[in-house]
Amino acid sequence: MKYIVAIIQPDRVDEVLDLLTEKEIHLVTVSNVLGRGRQKGIAEVYRSHKEAGSLLKKVRLEIAVNDTFVQPTVEAIIKGARTGQIGDGKIFIMDLPECIRIRTGETGNFAIG
Amino acid sequence: MKRFAVPVPVAALLVLLAPMTALAAETAGGAPGPARVVNSGDTAWLLTSAALVMLMTPGLAFFYGGLIRRKNFLSVLMQCLMVLCLVSLQWVVFGYSLAFGPDFKGLIGDLSWVGLSGVGMEPSATYAPTAPHLAFMIFQAMFAVITPALIVGAFAERMRFGPFCIFALLWATLVYDPVAHWVWGDGGFLRKMGTLDFAGGTVVHINAGLSALAAALFLGKRRGFPDKISPPHSLPFAALGAGLLWFGWFGFNAGSALQANGLAASAFVATHVAGAAAGLAWALLDWGFHKKPTCLGMITGAVAGLAAVTPAAGFVNPLGAIAIGVGSGLTCWLSVTFIKTKLGYDDSLDAFGVHGVGGIWGTLATGIFAVASIGGTDGLLAGNPGQLWLQAKAVLITCGYGFVMTMVLLKVVDVVLRLRATETEERIGLDLTQHREASYTLID
Repeated sequence: MKYIVAIIQPDRVDEVLDLLTEKEIHLVTVSNVLGRGRQKGIAEVYRSHKEAGSLLKKVRLEIAVNDTFVQPTVEAIIKGARTGQIGDGKIFIMDLPECIRIRTGETGNFAIG
Repeated sequence: MKRFAVPVPVAALLVLLAPMTALAAETAGGAPGPARVVNSGDTAWLLTSAALVMLMTPGLAFFYGGLIRRKNFLSVLMQCLMVLCLVSLQWVVFGYSLAFGPDFKGLIGDLSWVGLSGVGMEPSATYAPTAPHLAFMIFQAMFAVITPALIVGAFAERMRFGPFCIFALLWATLVYDPVAHWVWGDGGFLRKMGTLDFAGGTVVHINAGLSALAAALFLGKRRGFPDKISPPHSLPFAALGAGLLWFGWFGFNAGSALQANGLAASAFVATHVAGAAAGLAWALLDWGFHKKPTCLGMITGAVAGLAAVTPAAGFVNPLGAIAIGVGSGLTCWLSVTFIKTKLGYDDSLDAFGVHGVGGIWGTLATGIFAVASIGGTDGLLAGNPGQLWLQAKAVLITCGYGFVMTMVLLKVVDVVLRLRATETEERIGLDLTQHREASYTLID
């Protein structure tokens, strides 16, 4: 199991969610975040509002998947979020040792989807 | 081309202002007529009403602003507040003269009051004879301001700001001013025909409502409409805006008596009960047909009722006003809930569904529920069916003119300046792309 965290531009969320749905990846957590990347918040006032010094508004997607779904998930995020301009964001993939569904107590691969 | 969008109205204004300062200096004494004396009570009420109506435009901005997405909140506030600036100046420079100036063939005022020449501290011979002409002028200015602002609801979240400013200025001049003259101007043809419109059912609400429909059809749907449009970003702001509108509406309707008298009190009561009845009616309809009464539904209903009673306020008794309120709750609810979804146009904030439909219903209902003991004219129920026909004619004429002229203006502005925001601008939001600002920060 993997835990995928993607930081993307706020205006690309709709596309990415649509593409994830197409690949039958329905479970996702979305949050508004602030952050800064290599460009230190200078270049892109038009795409994202600059806040508190060099911090820019971004959206964070968190998706836990079984190993077979890692590639489709990454493809969907890149296809939906990539514009080619700086500030498109990043994807981080981590190992996920366990996952438990609170309601049923199921664990592992059963619980994740 | 883009660079010219903002300076054009400013430059036009400056050019117009130059000769006007000279004109304004030679203030004429006004036409001869019976002795006109300023009454302090009437003047106080008219000026207070003007201030109340002014507050409706920021109120409307918050009502609309709360109903859209966060990324476009400022764009709607800016559109409404920019109309307040632009049209106020247009009104003083030449708009008031076009609407209320000496009549030209029943169609429009002439230019003899340009720059408020002859409009001074003495009462006018024709309008509000017990208050300074300037007080009447500024009271009417607030009506001219809020009417184009009402249309914003139809094209919210997708029109570029510069072209919007040009459109608002053209609309105020070529749509609002003539229609205001037809209905309220001395010599206007609808006024001579005997149409009853106490405070602007035709001039303000039908005019804005049908123009809104034209704008929604012309600009097309928002990207992602209807499934991917987020719900209102702040219903509390919308409720606050509705409250301010309701408050300001007392100036709008009761102020239209133009005197601090019994008619003003009667219009005040009619206005209040119609808003209350329509808000209640909409909530009950939601409760019955959609399981729960919603805050959005209740405030929309109240605004629909206030819009519908606007033409009737000075002609109906309180029970008539309640009937108009309930009727507007029903007609607007049907229009917004079923007709809009059937036809599939994207009138983002129901400017047509509430103001257009409410205004049409209210103007017709004035011909049904009017009683001579209030405003001097009977309607259908009091045995004067002819009045309903007069009302219907005025509805048809204003609907047709508002819709067609708005289509023409939108086409012209679109060809020259491109009205619609690009897909990227719309996706990122108008706040950032048009104003380089954001309503909210993420950290404290």
